[in-house]
Amino acid sequence: MAMEITQALLAAQSPDGQVRTAAESNLKQFQEQNLPHFLLSLSAELVNEQKPPESRRLAGILLKNSLDAKDSFRKEQLTKQWVTVDPAIKSQIKEALLTTLASQVSDARSTASQVIAKVASIEIPRKEWQDLIGKLLANMTTKETPASLKQATLQSLGYVCEEVSPSDLEQDQVNAILTAVVQGMNQAEHGFEVRLAAIRALYNALDFAQTNFENEMERNYIMKVVCETAVSKEPEIRQAAFECLVSVASIYYGVLEPYMQTLFNLTANSIRGDEEQVALQAIEFWSTVCDEEIAIQEECAGTDEGNSVLHFRFVEKALHVLVPVLLETLLKQEEDQDQDDGMWNLSMAGGTCLGLVARTVGDAVVPLVMPFVQANITKSDWRSHEAATFAFGSILEGPSVEKLAPMVHNGLDFLLSAMKDPSSHVRDTTAWTLSRIFEILHSPSGTIIDQSNLPKIMTVLLESIRDVPNVAEKVCGAIYFLAQGYEDAGSASSVLTPYLGNIITALLSTADRADASSNRLWSSAYETLNEVVRCSNIPENANMIGQLLHEILKRLGQTMELEIVSTDDKERQSNLQALLCGVIQVIIQTLNGSEESLPVILQSADQMMVMFLRVFACHSSTVHEEAMLAIGALAYTTGQEFAKYMPEFYKYLERGLQNFEEYQVCSISVGVVGDICRAMDDKVLPYCDGIMSVLLKDLSNALLHRSVKPPIFSCFGDIALAIGEQFEKYLPFVIPMLQGAAELSTQIECTDEDTEEYVNQLRRGIFEAYSGILQGFKNAKADLMLPHAGHLLQFTEAVFKDKNRDEGVTKAAVAMLGDLADALGPNLKLLFKDCTFHAEFLGECFQSDDDQLRETATWTQGMIRRVLVS
Amino acid sequence: MAPPPDHRRPIKRAAISDQQRRREVALRLQADRRSDAQNRARQLASSVLSLGPEPATEPEVEPEQEMSEASGQLAGRSDLDPVRAARLRGPEVRKWFARQLLLPEWMVDVPPSLDRDWYVFPRPSGKRCFVVSSNGTTISRLRNGSILHRFPSNLPNGARTKDVSGPASSYSILDCIFHEPDETYYVIDMVCWRGYSLYDCTAEFRFFWLNSKLSETGASDPPSQYHRYRFNVVQIYECNLAGLQASYSGQVPYVKDGLLFFNKHAHYQAGNTPLALVWKDNVCSQYVLDTDSKGQIPSQQQVVLELQNDGNLTTSDDPPVALGSLSRDLIAQSGLRVGNLVRVAIKDERMRLVDGKLDLGELQLVGKTNHSRAFADTYSKVLFQHAARHAPLRIEDLVASIQSNSSMDNSQALDVEMEG
Repeated sequence: MAMEITQALLAAQSPDGQVRTAAESNLKQFQEQNLPHFLLSLSAELVNEQKPPESRRLAGILLKNSLDAKDSFRKEQLTKQWVTVDPAIKSQIKEALLTTLASQVSDARSTASQVIAKVASIEIPRKEWQDLIGKLLANMTTKETPASLKQATLQSLGYVCEEVSPSDLEQDQVNAILTAVVQGMNQAEHGFEVRLAAIRALYNALDFAQTNFENEMERNYIMKVVCETAVSKEPEIRQAAFECLVSVASIYYGVLEPYMQTLFNLTANSIRGDEEQVALQAIEFWSTVCDEEIAIQEECAGTDEGNSVLHFRFVEKALHVLVPVLLETLLKQEEDQDQDDGMWNLSMAGGTCLGLVARTVGDAVVPLVMPFVQANITKSDWRSHEAATFAFGSILEGPSVEKLAPMVHNGLDFLLSAMKDPSSHVRDTTAWTLSRIFEILHSPSGTIIDQSNLPKIMTVLLESIRDVPNVAEKVCGAIYFLAQGYEDAGSASSVLTPYLGNIITALLSTADRADASSNRLWSSAYETLNEVVRCSNIPENANMIGQLLHEILKRLGQTMELEIVSTDDKERQSNLQALLCGVIQVIIQTLNGSEESLPVILQSADQMMVMFLRVFACHSSTVHEEAMLAIGALAYTTGQEFAKYMPEFYKYLERGLQNFEEYQVCSISVGVVGDICRAMDDKVLPYCDGIMSVLLKDLSNALLHRSVKPPIFSCFGDIALAIGEQFEKYLPFVIPMLQGAAELSTQIECTDEDTEEYVNQLRRGIFEAYSGILQGFKNAKADLMLPHAGHLLQFTEAVFKDKNRDEGVTKAAVAMLGDLADALGPNLKLLFKDCTFHAEFLGECFQSDDDQLRETATWTQGMIRRVLVS
Repeated sequence: MAPPPDHRRPIKRAAISDQQRRREVALRLQADRRSDAQNRARQLASSVLSLGPEPATEPEVEPEQEMSEASGQLAGRSDLDPVRAARLRGPEVRKWFARQLLLPEWMVDVPPSLDRDWYVFPRPSGKRCFVVSSNGTTISRLRNGSILHRFPSNLPNGARTKDVSGPASSYSILDCIFHEPDETYYVIDMVCWRGYSLYDCTAEFRFFWLNSKLSETGASDPPSQYHRYRFNVVQIYECNLAGLQASYSGQVPYVKDGLLFFNKHAHYQAGNTPLALVWKDNVCSQYVLDTDSKGQIPSQQQVVLELQNDGNLTTSDDPPVALGSLSRDLIAQSGLRVGNLVRVAIKDERMRLVDGKLDLGELQLVGKTNHSRAFADTYSKVLFQHAARHAPLRIEDLVASIQSNSSMDNSQALDVEMEG
């Protein structure tokens, strides 16, 4: 029987901490002792009109939290829990929830509708609670139903659609829901609240309406009602209607054509004159149409089938009217919009949409935008000047370089001088436009930057980096992309050498600025520094980078002295350390590329390692990802010398490997094990038991993020290669894992690209593991692998036949075939004779453009032939 | 103003995300270097040159290996090769197995960092034995090497049923305690699994593997025609306060006989080891004080020692510790021979601990031990038994040790000194 828990629920919201804690622990105890009755009592509280709204609301929330959680593992547990509750109790709870929808108290109604959806999300896929939809719909069809119950019912229907998957509802249920929802939108019959609930429910139900959208009559009807709703008198309802249109554009692009004229008028009017939150959705409609068309164009790129895919070129057709509408929005800036990165308003949304339009139609946008730019850029009011600059900056991606280069050339001087404009809005957008120019159009062979304008550009940038923080941040971006233009450019990067000292100094002092409101400016400065280091000419600048390394180490040391009082302080320290470790990592990678600069790192290796260990020691639970990355780079550089750091470093490495919750930390730590194996060779042996045991545990952990598995397999290969025959004792654990993963990889259904990529990564990891083991055992223990050769060949053949196989897998598979033949020799003669796919596989590799792959294939062919003639 | 919709990226937002890039670069470099390292191992360049696109004319023909041997063998440790052991006969077999068990020392004082480096679990009362499954049968052997049971089981190759997972000759060896009341083997360690040795693995790893592997086989299922005895895993705890508490006073399905402590980092070492420890008191064991041959607790402590040819009486430690001696006359009178195990009584008041070394004082010969006894007492056992009679190591001492460890941990400075 339900228990009286009102007092506990009220006390749990008491301002008195002691009362609250006691009540919370009482409730928790009840929950743990008897979950079914706990849930029943909560539902009894929620449904009881005599109870205070506060206790009812909390009862609803607790009920919801007993059914659903963000964490997927927890959610699964809760689902299992609910499923095992006595059906009689469940049915009482569900009855109470449905009754609550008719409550006088709106809070209770809305909480109940959410809980109903959570129960539905568990039960409907299991083909339970099949009368839910019918019961809800009955509320809608009964004449005397009060508006409040209709509103709550529509809300429930919407939430249910949000929670369950389209495949779990029958088509007649979907039909009935759509009918009820569309009727609920009828302006003549229903008041504001019912109609709002109806249009919001429709938004969630759109995914279910596939069949209905295929039927012209039904589709016409739905679209007609939505378009009518988009001009309702209440802005909230108009906004919700436009949200539906955005969703329709994304899900049902292919059937939009008959409605586009109407939709264009609706959206254009709204963008021009409606309230901002409505107009933003109208702009979003066009951004979404652009997304769809860009995706279609990318899909058809390089094929002749451009016309067979439904591509209606709505953007191109509307271009002449759409672009002016968007340009108008650019003039509706807000005074403080540059201060906040997350700012979203008409001008931001309009510029973003214009950028998408440019990417969709290319050159065609230029003649429509340039008159606006030219007419406004010289005006003295900041709004016109800024809007013109923003328009220009927005269309730089999409149109051809030939079309843009002359205009950029003519405009560059003007832009540089605008960096001294009195308006910070103008300077902010100008700096951003410069960074876009450098990002998209600048390359060593291009004509945008040359010896004639580089000095002036550098002068302006180094001056403007001292501007207010938001402008300085954009200037960092401009320097970043200016440097990036010289990446991998060989001697061409020498043109930056004369400026390098000043650039580094300027970035270091920017990173020190006290006037930055957030750490965004520091991080831009340090990250730009990274790019400058990467793109600088080595060995020309090795000494300067060496000095930079000392400065960065000094700064890293200073972070340990920061006074840490609050969690904010801690976070700031951690961010700063991450940035500094990032710079060190980049410096190591850049300097270890040449003999001349290598000593610079080796001299400081001890000092760096001490710093990294101190960074680890600063953070009790998590391992610092950036420090880990830097250590990987250092290990590779120091080679066997790294052994002396291992005793101290090992515990942090282990901690990183165990950190499956933060899978990127885990993944990076796994990668570092590989670096260390290659650096230390068999000196890594004393640590292998520990490392292997953690890695195997990780693999057996259901909570491990799947992306970490492939690197762990590759890492097995690294370890095996480093310690050779000593790997034998891990074989009984590793082989079943590899075989299990191989089998899994042939069973996963590749329904999307992510899964496809994952399967490829997994297989690559498996092959790399086998390669490492085979090579490690080659001289002494190869026979241990003999029992697995048959399986390996079968697996390789299955991979060979998979049409989704990517180049990385191909390489790893071919190399492994060669390793197998190399290590096991004549023992494999019969096996290789029986399976013939390898000839075909190698044949494919010889056709590749990749030199490395062809070389590996040649080697593998030699190895297999040696076996066959033995 | 509301933020932009989730998927919509504002065009003016700063484009730099160097961190993701650093990650990607690091991954790419690692992949490149892995492939370099593997290619070096393949000696790719030279092979390609020497092999050429045509088949090599003079292939190196290697002699065929004996495949059947290669798959089931426990390579690496000659002293631990069950294949070889199978060829031994009679008393040799017993001796061989008798040497394979890990023998915990008795805990005479608390090791440092108990809570960090050790596991603890309640030891089931019963017969310590090795269980070996292979070739379709399962055999359990006591500490002295004699066979306890020969039976079919669900262990790998433990019964003549179809097992597709490996060659029939591959061995699995478990370290167990056979618990009479429920006729169950409680597995306390895994030594070898499907032909692969776990001797060189840490306890942490062996326990992890034990837990994940045993359940896969159905060895914990109730007895049936092809599975005579059930094998259960003992719940193992981290040796923190909670773990110690649970082991000491928690309910277990078997009769407890003290607590076992395992160092997490220790490999499986045959013979006496201080990296596994046993401890008991009257709460967690019925057998704290040793009994004599009649099952009574004697008024004076008795110990079992081995008679050496110089008349010394030694423990079974390696190297043996001499705790006293018998006069030649006495030896001759009682018909003792070198190598015999003798039971002697200690006159309590004469026994001293001097600088931690045991001084037994005068020994009184009680007699020869019963025939099945294979080993003399260890030094740590003698010490523990002595302490148990006079100043036992109490559970409170263990708790206090863990508490002081954890408070020390908190105060430890974070400074790291590097001596490069």
